[in-house]
Amino acid sequence: MIKRVFALALIVVVAFFVFPLFAGIGERTDLGPVATAYLEEGARALGAANLVTAVVVTYRGLDTLGEVTVLFAASAGVALVFGTLARRSQVERRRRPPSELLETGASLLLPIIATFGVFVFVHGHLTPGGGFQGGVVVASGVLLSFLGGTLTHTPHRLLGALETVAGAGYVAIGLLGIWLAAGFLDPRFLPSGEIGSLFSGGAIPLIYVLVGVKVGAELSGVIDAMRHRSDVS
Amino acid sequence: MTQGLIILSFALMAIGMWGLMSRRHLIRIIIGFSLVDTGVHLLLVAVGYRESGTAPIVSDRLPLELLARRGVDPVPSALVLTAIVIGLAVTALMLSFAVRMYQRTRSIYIDKNKELRW
Repeated sequence: MIKRVFALALIVVVAFFVFPLFAGIGERTDLGPVATAYLEEGARALGAANLVTAVVVTYRGLDTLGEVTVLFAASAGVALVFGTLARRSQVERRRRPPSELLETGASLLLPIIATFGVFVFVHGHLTPGGGFQGGVVVASGVLLSFLGGTLTHTPHRLLGALETVAGAGYVAIGLLGIWLAAGFLDPRFLPSGEIGSLFSGGAIPLIYVLVGVKVGAELSGVIDAMRHRSDVS
Repeated sequence: MTQGLIILSFALMAIGMWGLMSRRHLIRIIIGFSLVDTGVHLLLVAVGYRESGTAPIVSDRLPLELLARRGVDPVPSALVLTAIVIGLAVTALMLSFAVRMYQRTRSIYIDKNKELRW
């Protein structure tokens, strides 16, 4: 009881100190100089219709590389946490087979989910979406195929290879930007094309496809680690 | 609009903090963390909003010339995009720690775990 009162008091104190910071924020009509510059020149300079993507992949591209690294570290952490546990042979025997409904539904939905995931990361520079979202959609398809029994054993080597190639390709494209264009992760070494068409934005779609493949492979690895080794034995 | 979103995001953060501090069940603590996370995302998006603004994506409805006048700030949106993915990764890591802790100590309640006491 005393603990709860203390927690409540702490929340009130934090609210008291944070409130003045945001009390003055009303409706804004104009943006800051950085945002205005991005909005005015971003689309034309890079050829990307989706400006959020332009910021994520190009202007703040280094942050995105760091983000991919954090995601890798987290998935490696999950694999490490579950890595020392019982082998899969004991676990596999106790697993209940999927029901008819789940099995049929999974095999019906799987191609649609995979296509949608690929669509989301290929069109990242045109529509809301991108590499991370598309990768997560693809990984959800992998989860469904595990549940539905479509995929019985994990292609570890394929996942590892995809992850390595995508990560190295991302850095390589960044380095190509130094060599052929203005700096690290500058996508303008490829023709920027017409705004709104699929082949536009220079190397942005290429980077987002690599990010999508990497995120999809990494999250599939996380799902696999949790599936095989998290049964309480 | 902006103020409503800010109030909503603070409410979410407060609920999440309450969950973080008052619960003892590990999964509920992680849910509390996710609520704080979502509240922060909402706050960032709300700060980037402008009056009658729209998503900064060039389309038929929003031609290139109107972008600078109607588009919302793309930087907070990009930040939130990053933060969501990091939040997902951190949540996955926390959940696997929770599973591991349950396997070791046979209890999901943190006050039953004496190892972390000081």
